[in-house]
Amino acid sequence: MRVPLSWLAEYVDLEPGTTPEDVHAALVSVGLEEEDIHRFELSGPIVVGEVLSAEPEAQTNGKTINWCQVRVAPGDETAADGGPAIHGVVCGAHNFVVGDKVVVTLPGSVLPGPFPIAARKTYGHVSDGMIASAKELGLGDDHEGILVLGTLGLDPEVGTDAISLLGLDDAAVEINVTPDRGYAFSIRGVAREYSHATGATFRDPALAVAPVVTASEFPVTIDDQAPIRGRVGASVFVTRAVRGVDPSKPSPAWLIARLKLAGIRSISLIVDVTNYVMLELGQPIHGYDLDRLNGGITVRRALEEEKLVTLDDATRELHPEDLLITDESGPIGLAGVMGGQTTEIGASTRNVLIEAANFDPVSIARTARRHKLPSEASRRFERGVDPAVAVVAAARVVQLLVELAGGVADDLGSLHDATPDAVPIELPTGFISGLIGLEYTRDEVRTSLAEIGATMTETPTGLAVTAPSWRPDLTDKWTLAEEVARIVGYDRIPSVLPVAPPGRGLTLPQVLKRQIAQTLAAAGHTEVLAYPFVSEKANDLFGNPVSGPVPQLRLANPMDGEAPFMRTSILPGLLQIAHRNRSRGLTDLAVFELGLVFRPEPGIRYGADVVPPGAVRPSANLEAELNAGIPPQPLMLGVVLIGNAARHQPGHPAVAAGWQDALAAVQQVALASGVRIQVRQGSHQAMHPGRTAELFVTTAGDADEVVGYAGELLPAVAREGDLPSVVAVAEVNLSDVIAHAGAGIVATPIRTMPAATQDLSLVVDADVPAADVLAAVSEGGGALLESAHLVDDYRGAGVPVGRKSLTFALRFRALDRTLTAPEASEAKLAGVAVAAARFGATIRE
Amino acid sequence: MSDPSEISEPVVSAAVAAALAAIAAVNDSAALKTVRAEHTGEASPLARLNALMRSVPGDQKAQAGKLLGQARGAVAQAFAARETAITAAEVAAQLAAETVDVTAAATTWQPGARHPISLLQERVTDVFVGMGWEVAEGPELESEWFNFDALNFDEDHPARAMQDTFFVEPTAAHLVLRTHTSPVQLRALLSRELPVYVVAPGRVFRTDELDATHTPVFHQVEGIAIDEGLTMAHLRGTLDHFVKAMFGEEAKVRLRPNYFPFTEPSAELDLWHPTFKGGARWIEWGGCGMVNANVLRSAGIDPEVYSGFAFGVGVERALMFRNDVKDMRDMIEGDIRFSQQFGMTV
Repeated sequence: MRVPLSWLAEYVDLEPGTTPEDVHAALVSVGLEEEDIHRFELSGPIVVGEVLSAEPEAQTNGKTINWCQVRVAPGDETAADGGPAIHGVVCGAHNFVVGDKVVVTLPGSVLPGPFPIAARKTYGHVSDGMIASAKELGLGDDHEGILVLGTLGLDPEVGTDAISLLGLDDAAVEINVTPDRGYAFSIRGVAREYSHATGATFRDPALAVAPVVTASEFPVTIDDQAPIRGRVGASVFVTRAVRGVDPSKPSPAWLIARLKLAGIRSISLIVDVTNYVMLELGQPIHGYDLDRLNGGITVRRALEEEKLVTLDDATRELHPEDLLITDESGPIGLAGVMGGQTTEIGASTRNVLIEAANFDPVSIARTARRHKLPSEASRRFERGVDPAVAVVAAARVVQLLVELAGGVADDLGSLHDATPDAVPIELPTGFISGLIGLEYTRDEVRTSLAEIGATMTETPTGLAVTAPSWRPDLTDKWTLAEEVARIVGYDRIPSVLPVAPPGRGLTLPQVLKRQIAQTLAAAGHTEVLAYPFVSEKANDLFGNPVSGPVPQLRLANPMDGEAPFMRTSILPGLLQIAHRNRSRGLTDLAVFELGLVFRPEPGIRYGADVVPPGAVRPSANLEAELNAGIPPQPLMLGVVLIGNAARHQPGHPAVAAGWQDALAAVQQVALASGVRIQVRQGSHQAMHPGRTAELFVTTAGDADEVVGYAGELLPAVAREGDLPSVVAVAEVNLSDVIAHAGAGIVATPIRTMPAATQDLSLVVDADVPAADVLAAVSEGGGALLESAHLVDDYRGAGVPVGRKSLTFALRFRALDRTLTAPEASEAKLAGVAVAAARFGATIRE
Repeated sequence: MSDPSEISEPVVSAAVAAALAAIAAVNDSAALKTVRAEHTGEASPLARLNALMRSVPGDQKAQAGKLLGQARGAVAQAFAARETAITAAEVAAQLAAETVDVTAAATTWQPGARHPISLLQERVTDVFVGMGWEVAEGPELESEWFNFDALNFDEDHPARAMQDTFFVEPTAAHLVLRTHTSPVQLRALLSRELPVYVVAPGRVFRTDELDATHTPVFHQVEGIAIDEGLTMAHLRGTLDHFVKAMFGEEAKVRLRPNYFPFTEPSAELDLWHPTFKGGARWIEWGGCGMVNANVLRSAGIDPEVYSGFAFGVGVERALMFRNDVKDMRDMIEGDIRFSQQFGMTV
């Protein structure tokens, strides 16, 4: 909402010298949001001139210009620019005659652009200023010629300051109106708010016009056969007629300037007046050409397949929920949204029927949304218009059309008012103080409520408060509390720190999630946050280890048509980020992301057909249904490494990142979460068939639960992502891993007796996993085997083709004695025996 | 040197003097070993003098013995002193030889980093955990009931249309990407015993085009407290404590009337940011208010008995004004240089 200050000042006292910034600050303090300031960006000297002569001169470029002598100061007085009273000016326009009063921008003035004016040589003359058009002054879009003041009905003295004459010295503050404050979409509402903020005297414009009771009834029928949510589409419908309007009458300059500052283009006097009254009182007005109406008006819902051509020439297919204004010819307007073409006010309109109605906010909101037609009218109706102001607004339009357009108020009209009586709100004594935490006096409460226009009566327990007609948002005692708190001032609310009951800190999953991220970062990975929007192809490739379509969720209104699906894997986003980094010359990367993925189960219909109402707790069943309708969203970790894991440095060659780094990241997750994540050879459609580890956790029930994959991407997949051929990746379902965390650890006593260490080389088939051989040796080694790890994997001379030699370093220790070499050897051989039985392992001599 | 014939003071002194001179001339431990053999070994003058003790007459034995003993002591002492000095010098020389250029250390790991948005969320969260609050979480893909209806957004209210919501197909299933972390408030109220004091950090979604100050995916931290007797003064007190913990003792909060469907009264949360680059100033940071009675009713809580407050702040916005990040795109593009300038702290 844009509010010209001159207009605001008509209804609330503005201290002399009040700037737009001051007005903003005041309005912000009572809850309106500051948006912008609008001005006519020009400066003088710009004066009224009289054309004394105009000599047409044909030019070689085919144009004809007028060489004019213009009087810009009376008699022999000095002109506003310090020059002579008569200036010579070159003018390209032809829509004026000698004797016309025009606007002359003298040298030194600046027009919006900025476009500074100076005396300059042109077409063989020195043009000592310029004769301005309405467009050049910022008043309108009309550029058909210069502005002849007589067409605005003006005949001012020569030399008069044109800036103040045309209202170009005004400025407007723009504010953002929150959805609960529909009444602030009017000068009336903003003036009231300004009064709340500053204490300045408010004069209600709605009281300045006497509502007229009409004698002869214009036939109006409200016939709503399908009220939306039980509310009839029109509760108030006022019509008034004005006859004999002079279509040649121009809109006065002040009206054009105010509309312009308010962001509305001047169209014609009748339309301008309806817009002016809407801005002033917040009541949308529709004007009909009375001579083009066929019979009376019926307000009803649209019929199936009914159509309407609206003012903007668009043919609208109507919906049975659309509320229509109709006459005997059919639909003539989308109620409260946009009028129809057949009864439009035009250049020849002499007799006008004015409509000021109050329509159901929900009905208007749905229609405006359905037809994508947000209008000045619909914006006001959606937020709620004062039902009591319609009759006043109609009278105000009549008044202005009589005053400005030479019309005659007709006694034809009608008044339908089915506004329900306001229900008083029970406000218990002390409620507001108790809610806000500040002791308000009885007087403060009453004065504040009276100031916003509420009326109240005493009850045994407090007050019965009736909200003013323009405040449909005041519905309960909490809304009244906000009014009292803001009128007295939020800055008066004290600061008191409440003491929460003792908390239990972060939950284990919350701690582990952080710890995993910290550990990965400490180990050299960089955290990133990708958008969760991907293509179907990316989901099909990464969302499932085996090929085939992956159940996935599509957005109805994606930002990017290429990526309308919710990710089922973290990796596609990370690969894009890796590519972006590489394209910026950052070729060595280790990035990770912790985030939710969206994994609908196949065959399940998610969501709910019917959403339960608010303000009521759903039944346990309904709540369970709502929750069951939400697709699983596990927390996943993705890791991507490309380039070098360690750079080339003095004494150290570069170390390329590969599958081992992906597995190292997995082990960092295992360390951080305290969950043992095991590894076995696996396969995934997006990954290198020989370099893929399946990650699994052994459950309490001794089953294997797969929690992810790590290794290297299939080179073809890497190439498609425009990445180097080796891309190490890991993806781990952290929700699953963390679910296994927190099993209490049972400490083993630390053995302090001397250890015996032995190496063991076993020859097995080359395809036997080292981890399995190690497990066999450990199992056989029994309690004496304290630790065992792989130190070498040898294939070549001395080992048969197709087999490999694995060397393990073993450390044995007893709890209670120094172990002898034979005891250690015996344990080792027990391990060998298990490995031999399982894998045909033999000791390599 | 010829064999000494008697243990006399000049002979002994000469032997000692020769030994001391030799010790003093030695500069490394190998030479010291040789000199030690020469002057204290079996063939050394002092050893041979010692052998004469057998022939010393009984009445002179004591004196001769004393003379020799002092001589051997002096030589042994000199050896010990020299050995200490030489060892120290040799260790020092060895250490000096091991000198490296500490500014050219090779590392086997690259520096990693957390994302500052994650770190900032954790910091905010920790302030509240320190006050006894707990952390609540919820799904990012939500039922419209949790995201809107339960939070007093009527299906036809303009506030609902203003939320620029991502809908999931089919729209008739009423699933949306949450437009704020507020649905977590509802989940907390439905699942926890009263009183509830929880904070909910998380990712939220609006259909805003990406530019320097907007991104369709961003983060919020919201808090909600429901208890008996909570007031708007408690809201202010909580926010004051919070901003002081985050921005220093000079920080403070200003409340301005505003409108949100889920709070009544509602307020805009302005932060006095004392260390803003370019000078301390007021910054619009979020929204807050007393939890709307209809929200409490949605959770089955009697608003005549319980009251509470809620607030929400933007994490991206906080990172912008707190750490002078000029362009929101830096936060979402994943350029590792962005996170790496923060490292592990924000």
